[in-house]
Amino acid sequence: MELFGIFLTAALINNFVLSQFLGICPFIGVSGKLSAATSMGMATTFVLVMAAMVTFLIQQYILAPLGLDFLQTVSFILVIASLVQFVEMVIKKVSKPLYRSLGIYLPLITTNCAIMGLCLFAAMRHYSFFQSLVFALGAGVGFTLAIVLMAGIREELELADIPRSLRGAGITMVVAGTLALGFMGFAGMKF
Amino acid sequence: MTAFAYSLLTMGGLGIFFAAALAIADKKLRVQEDPRIGLALDATPGANCGACGYAGCNAYAEAVVLEGAPINKCPVGGQDTINGLARIMGVDATTAIRHVARLMCRGTAALARQKAHYEGPTSCAVQDLVSGGGKACQWGCLGGGDCVAVCNFGALEMGPDGLPVVFDDLCTACGACVKACPRDLFELHPIDREFFVFCKSHDDPKRAKEVCDVACTGCGICARNSQGAISMVDSLAVIDYAKLDPHVIPIEKCKTHAIGWLHPKQDLAALTAPAAGAGGAAGQTPATGAD
Repeated sequence: MELFGIFLTAALINNFVLSQFLGICPFIGVSGKLSAATSMGMATTFVLVMAAMVTFLIQQYILAPLGLDFLQTVSFILVIASLVQFVEMVIKKVSKPLYRSLGIYLPLITTNCAIMGLCLFAAMRHYSFFQSLVFALGAGVGFTLAIVLMAGIREELELADIPRSLRGAGITMVVAGTLALGFMGFAGMKF
Repeated sequence: MTAFAYSLLTMGGLGIFFAAALAIADKKLRVQEDPRIGLALDATPGANCGACGYAGCNAYAEAVVLEGAPINKCPVGGQDTINGLARIMGVDATTAIRHVARLMCRGTAALARQKAHYEGPTSCAVQDLVSGGGKACQWGCLGGGDCVAVCNFGALEMGPDGLPVVFDDLCTACGACVKACPRDLFELHPIDREFFVFCKSHDDPKRAKEVCDVACTGCGICARNSQGAISMVDSLAVIDYAKLDPHVIPIEKCKTHAIGWLHPKQDLAALTAPAAGAGGAAGQTPATGAD
């Protein structure tokens, strides 16, 4: 039950994108097409889970015993950057079209603050290995949900009659804000 | 002191570990790529600005090599990038003709009437909203310089006659002015194209003549002899460049000089040497001010 609570909290109540405003860059950047958004969500979820596992091990068995907590940020960045490089290689090998549709945003997962935020949150809250894992999965599902919702709406917006001054970035911001407002409805739910 | 040593060891160890893991992954997961992609990437400026319309320099390099995308899309790299890509792809650099912006209005302050004296923000977008500014022609250049303001390359300047001037050398055909002009007067054309209808007015002949001396009145005299290259759309001559042979167009019959050569002296040159090519015709006859 506690794990379920962590999952749901990360996915909905404290949604990384729409409630904590982490990972906004790909949320706006790759949400133009539904297919690319779904792949971006998957790739980010994968990196989130991998990063959570590796950073947990580093935190638990290297940094904490040696009293080197101040190295969290820099060592986590190292982990995330390496993982993203690795994911990029795998995607390039496995699916060339996916690699192309993600384009420049794939390397940008490196600087996706949702991932850094997740690792630091997990360490700060002293989650166990499984708790970290479920937390990362929840965050990934939440991120995917947010970006897919956004992409779906933006595809519809292509056909909508939008005032000229609001076209493009303007209406995107309005939609993102409205979505965030919707997710505020989850605030206060407790598990 | 121990913390210092441990820090060094930890970060160094982690760094070496991940570097080794990535090196192994790189070997195992290497994808055979067209080697030209790497070379093409080197030819691009590497700014990843996306001005070419692709996700970044890498995506553009791939598109050029694998999909045969045009090699003249990079405004940042300019001629150097075109030459580099041309060498890699084995195409002639001159076949990739540079595009530049052209203003489709000749209604200078002297030639176009004013319907009122406009006072207010000079921006064309504002003028266009406020009952079309002071210019009588509702289709022509407002002269507010919105295009000059958005040009990132210094390729546009307001001329003394109230119309913007394009500096061909600096224009990168990025299309910013095309978007900025509220009257859609800018078009991107190959730099060697010199024959245009310099008007966007759909006014009826009477009104067009009233408001501007160089308006297309929609008489259709240019279309009649054009072998289908010019069609009349709502009282405006529109050129189909695929079919166009400028030398059969009787531009001398156009009373308003709305159709003609970019450089006015060619108006006369083309008349006296109809067989010569567009480029060769320039300067054969002394310019006597065709318009």
